[in-house]
Amino acid sequence: MINIFEVLETNKMILEENLDVRTITMGVSLLDCADASLKTTCDRIYAKLTRLAKDLVKTGDEIGREFGIPIVNKRISITPAAIVGSACCKKPGDFVKIAKTLDRAAKKLGVNFIGGYSAVVSKGMTLADELLIRSIPEAMATTERLCSSVNVGSTKTGIDMDAVRLMGEIVKATAERTKDRDSIGCAKLVVLCNAPDDNPFMAGAFHGVSEADAVINVGVSGPGVVNHVLKSIRGADFETLCETIKRTAFKITRVGQLVAQEAAKRLGVPFGIIDLSLAPTPAVGDSVADILREIGLEEPGAPGTTAALALLNDQVKKGGVMASSYVGGLSGAFIPVSEDQGMIDAVNAGALTIEKLEAMTCVCSVGLDMIAIPGDTSAATISGIIADEAAIGMVNQKTTAVRVIPVAGKKVGDSVNFGGLLGHAPVMKVSKFSCEGLVSRRGRIPAPIHSFKN
Amino acid sequence: MVMKKAIITVVGKDTVGIIAKTSAYLAKNKINILDISQTVVQNYFNMMMIVDITGCCKSFEDVAADLGEIGVSMGLKIRCQKSEIFEKMHRV
Repeated sequence: MINIFEVLETNKMILEENLDVRTITMGVSLLDCADASLKTTCDRIYAKLTRLAKDLVKTGDEIGREFGIPIVNKRISITPAAIVGSACCKKPGDFVKIAKTLDRAAKKLGVNFIGGYSAVVSKGMTLADELLIRSIPEAMATTERLCSSVNVGSTKTGIDMDAVRLMGEIVKATAERTKDRDSIGCAKLVVLCNAPDDNPFMAGAFHGVSEADAVINVGVSGPGVVNHVLKSIRGADFETLCETIKRTAFKITRVGQLVAQEAAKRLGVPFGIIDLSLAPTPAVGDSVADILREIGLEEPGAPGTTAALALLNDQVKKGGVMASSYVGGLSGAFIPVSEDQGMIDAVNAGALTIEKLEAMTCVCSVGLDMIAIPGDTSAATISGIIADEAAIGMVNQKTTAVRVIPVAGKKVGDSVNFGGLLGHAPVMKVSKFSCEGLVSRRGRIPAPIHSFKN
Repeated sequence: MVMKKAIITVVGKDTVGIIAKTSAYLAKNKINILDISQTVVQNYFNMMMIVDITGCCKSFEDVAADLGEIGVSMGLKIRCQKSEIFEKMHRV
């Protein structure tokens, strides 16, 4: 039987160390909504989403109250919209109508984000893919809850550099279209390599074509819990450090598994996966950066940061895998800048640069995330940053991503505030040297040699 | 029928009648107490009850809300949670 100390430990995690379930994300296939008529497609999308997910928010809140654990976000991911709209969208404006339909459904359902305004173009773009990509600035400017992502490469296909070049321009255009709100459109737009089909976390969530009609994916969290437990073993050897993280990750993930199974049962939708990511928030005490400090760094960004993060990421996976029947999504520590107060502090202290963050993305999920950069950064430079991250993902067979915000009118040293979970961020320095010659080449980078496993 | 269990925790300053008041409410609502334990952590009184809610006629959320209010009336924090969250976390 459960004893009082175990009960107190769990409740301390929830009440004092910010343990929560970060998101219940319902993945919904919209393949059966596609039609040659744009209006019919939009009507079917709205009808299917509001039917399948009508109880999502209510059920999430009920589970939260019954188990006494906050379930912070209830969200939806959909089939990449470029596929759903390929038969009926003849110009970017047609895709914007789908975007507005999705936003309207999200508001009706009460979910805070809907992801999947996406194109998967790792080897090449169809006409519809390109139209969707070109519609992103307008779609982001005229919707509130929509998240967009574009997958530009994979280990199996190489990197579509034409898409990388285009995305540099699109990120810039999205920043410009939302400049009255600190270019917030870019905070809901991510460029990925090796994007998973079952990611529950925004902005990169979409419901891949390999998935069933509907599925429940859950993202757990708990950097505050890991940080707290590490405080109790200061100075311990690596074996103790790793075992402690692993055991804590196991406990955190078990809560996610319970919530996922309950949600799946009550909503009558199959359980998909648990995403094991340690996801920080701007709240004090909910920081991945603070864990790195606790492992022994004066500031994240100091020499040793990549090693500390690699260790953390690996132990979280080892503990989490044992705790869940199905693991997927991104599953690793997130290192967003604006969403993690400890990261913001490290940038302000001068310890953390984009180049060091890039090195860190080699050993964790996901990539250069929520980084504000000067508004006058060129499209080619943004494409270069995307290409570097995509190359890391392609060669290391992992997911990588870029979510940078070239904040219109802001310079290094300024700060921006996106509000809520998206947080606030100092504008970071970007290399002033050009990569125009590389980015202006046409075509794609071939798949690496180690992808040929057949 | 599978027994439905909940864990009630009471945290706060020790005072007369905590168990009496809580258990009176439970008895009235046909909730059977299976186990009680208590400890003091950092000068705070901590009590835990494992209860059987199978026969309770109220909804789980109402019971949790009522107990929360009883807690407020005594200057304590009373939480009522389904037991699975603890079992899942602490048992393989």
